[in-house]
Amino acid sequence: MENLIQSLTERVKQAASNNTPLAIHGGNSKSFYGGAIRGDALDLRAYTGIIDYEPKELVLTVRAGTPLQEIETALEAAGQMLPFEPPYYADTATIGGTVATGLSGPRRPYTGAVRDFVLGTRIINGKGEDLSFGGRVIKNVAGYDVSRLMTGAMGTLGVLLDISFKVLPKPTDEITLRFEMDEATAIQRFNEWAGKPLPISATSWHQGVAMVRLSGAAAGVKAAREKLGGEAVADAQAFWRDLRDHRAPFFEDAEPLRRLSVPSTTSPLSLDLPQWIEWGGALRWVKGAADVKVLREKIASVGGHATLFRHGDKSVGVFHPLAPVLAKIHVNLKAAFDPDNILNPGRMDNFS
Amino acid sequence: MAALPETNIAASRAALAGRLSGILPPDALLTEAEDLKPYECDGLSAYRALPMLAVLPQTVEEVQRILRVATETETKVVARGSGTGLSGGATPLGDGILMSMAKFNRIVSVDPLARTARVQPGVRNQKISEEVAYLGLYYAPDPSSQIACSIGGNVAENSGGVHCLKYGLTVHNILKIEVVTIEGETATIGSDALDSPGYDLLALITGSEGMLGITTEVTVKLVPKPQLARVVMASFDDVEKAGDAVANVIGAGIVPAGLEMMDKLATEAVEDFVHAGYDLDAEAILLCESDGTPEEVEEEIAKMETVMKASGATACRTSNSESERLKFWSGRKAAFPAVGRISPDYYCIDGSIPRRALAPTLRRTEELSKKYGLRCANVFHAGDGNLHPLILFDANVEGELERTEAVAAELLELCIEYGGTITGEHGVGIEKINQMCSQFSDAEREMFFAVKRAFDEKLLLNPGKAIPTLNRCAEYGRMRVSGGKMPHSDIPRF
Ligand SMILES: Cc1cc2nc3c(=O)[nH]c(=O)nc-3n(C[C@H](O)[C@H](O)[C@H](O)COP(=O)(O)OP(=O)(O)OC[C@H]3O[C@@H](n4cnc5c(N)ncnc54)[C@H](O)[C@@H]3O)c2cc1C
Repeated sequence: MENLIQSLTERVKQAASNNTPLAIHGGNSKSFYGGAIRGDALDLRAYTGIIDYEPKELVLTVRAGTPLQEIETALEAAGQMLPFEPPYYADTATIGGTVATGLSGPRRPYTGAVRDFVLGTRIINGKGEDLSFGGRVIKNVAGYDVSRLMTGAMGTLGVLLDISFKVLPKPTDEITLRFEMDEATAIQRFNEWAGKPLPISATSWHQGVAMVRLSGAAAGVKAAREKLGGEAVADAQAFWRDLRDHRAPFFEDAEPLRRLSVPSTTSPLSLDLPQWIEWGGALRWVKGAADVKVLREKIASVGGHATLFRHGDKSVGVFHPLAPVLAKIHVNLKAAFDPDNILNPGRMDNFS
Repeated sequence: MAALPETNIAASRAALAGRLSGILPPDALLTEAEDLKPYECDGLSAYRALPMLAVLPQTVEEVQRILRVATETETKVVARGSGTGLSGGATPLGDGILMSMAKFNRIVSVDPLARTARVQPGVRNQKISEEVAYLGLYYAPDPSSQIACSIGGNVAENSGGVHCLKYGLTVHNILKIEVVTIEGETATIGSDALDSPGYDLLALITGSEGMLGITTEVTVKLVPKPQLARVVMASFDDVEKAGDAVANVIGAGIVPAGLEMMDKLATEAVEDFVHAGYDLDAEAILLCESDGTPEEVEEEIAKMETVMKASGATACRTSNSESERLKFWSGRKAAFPAVGRISPDYYCIDGSIPRRALAPTLRRTEELSKKYGLRCANVFHAGDGNLHPLILFDANVEGELERTEAVAAELLELCIEYGGTITGEHGVGIEKINQMCSQFSDAEREMFFAVKRAFDEKLLLNPGKAIPTLNRCAEYGRMRVSGGKMPHSDIPRF
């Protein structure tokens, strides 16, 4: 593997000296996401395998090209999990792409996002330097938190090599409850319930139906179920997986799909577009044609941001534009990690 | 820190005070030595310096004005919260401005439904939880210094507490911060949503030791107060067995709300201080807490007790009331002041290690303690591998501080060797700056500087802290290459 790292490092150095962009990829399961891809492919799939996993430490270290499936299978065998419930979108998903896109699944508001569980990374920066930040321990404040900075940076700051995570035991019991309620009520309830000591691990609202997943120790799940009411759902695992991976019919057509990340208490957005709400109200998927400028303004006015997630016209930018003061810092950071702008240029459209 | 000659300082002080007095209310500017004295050190009192002058802004506009003057005059700025930091993060620079955030002491608003609070950086950590208690909510990270430390300082250090194994560190419990850049511009980092476009600057700034921007407001997450919490207190006749018990708890699929260890010397010190009835015969004591609904707690406590006994606990008691729970915790929470009572000075180490390295690390600590003739009490965030050996010394005895620092340096190098880190939660500051040379390569440290320059091109915010220069590391390397030994160490020196 050290040979492979050597050759990856060489590729980056060469690209830097020839000024030819590199398009870093793993299983291409999330290549639809972010700004348009350009550059020579840099495939990380050969850089694969679990480096270290000791369940009693709650720490896992893996190579970026490792299939997500392989990692989750290993964790499952020890009764543990990646607590951010990573979306696959395709079976080919790797852990590197998971961290680079920074996308988390239904459990996110209740347990945390990818960035919350990344403890350390080894990367190659745009100069071809092999660098390690953070570590394999749960608490670590030596140096700036470059590892979390890598999370969601779309590979524009470095090629991810090794990543360490904090993992958690899998809850022993799980049940999903179904309620019929309108959008406003669902948003209100989700927020009220989140303020109570209830073992909620996922929430969803779509077309007048709210779903609430409870996970934890048997006694706690049972008590919460009695408190909340609703009706138990059979085969709920498939429901949450289809939502996580956008396999539900709502997500399957070719309409532009937008990811609206808003404060969880935001009242119904009334956008006149088909909608699916999760994350206790903090994530709202809408699809269909929309005036981007009007939409962004509206979402910004409630304190959120809008991303064009899949399909649609990327020429107006995929991500929400940054305030000038932040844009300047972003440009500076990009120049610091990748002075020749060769790593995934344009994947975070507005500044790289 | 290289200080300027006194006369130059006096001249710069007068010139700078002239500029600042025009833009600040009179009581927000301190220039007299006697007024500056309270700011001369933080919790790492071995390092002291008087700042050139101190400012106490009360509004964001004042912070902006001060930083614009600093940028124009290329003057360094060190922010200060409550000054409880243990690594010298807030130690003033003799040729710099010390900016106290103490007047930013308001809770701006609380949103019960969204479970968030907007607070100014000078607000004390514990005050937030007190303020929202009536809503059944609280702010989870609970450093032992929580009655005094400020939320701005917590953000700068990414502080943890005894409950962070389950509830996370500061970085996991904040949503948004308002920052003023060294150029005096305001920036909102993070948002009231769960994520923001662009890079994760919120994570980058958290733990950056006041070197990237001045925090003027923090939006924290509030979490529901568990209905019930109980703690198991288990005694062990051997520190290694206690270490195994920690691993076994985690191995049993339990994430305790808190999991802390104290060794014999620490237990004796705290028992003498708080009289909580700790087992004085035990070589190590574990405190293992469960919280949640009564049903959840009952189930989990039973599991915890089983694991403790199976791991060889010689005694095991579980709190039966809230007052008893607080009593069990009181000693752990007061460990630092308790140790402060049995020794004129103490020095707290903050290394983190993978838990499996616990036993050899503790053994080595004991050896070093003997070798250097200094007592050492161990308290330990066992659940997350964060050690706090407290070395007892007397600064008035010649050579004791130097010997203490030598023990600390050796232990931190050991933490690095075991794949751990030199600081779990207290920050690098000036204290551990040399060990940064061992933990990171030249290229990695240069990357840190590049990150700093992306925010602060002229390196004016808290410079000289946290990240050592190449030169400094070269110097440290030369010292270490000679094996920590002085040249001709075989010749006696008097
Ligand atoms: C008895 C005792 C127990 C402790 N227990 C714990 C513990 O359990 N866990 C733990 O993590 N720590 C602990 N600490 C360490 C300390 O309390 C924390 O590091 C705390 O966060 C420091 O907060 P402060 O307000 O005192 O910051 P200060 O010491 O004043 O400053 C710390 C750093 O923050 C920067 N800073 C402060 N305010 C701002 C701002 N507004 N903007 C930008 N930068 C700023 C300063 O420049 C400095 O670098 C303990 C300390 C003591 C003395």
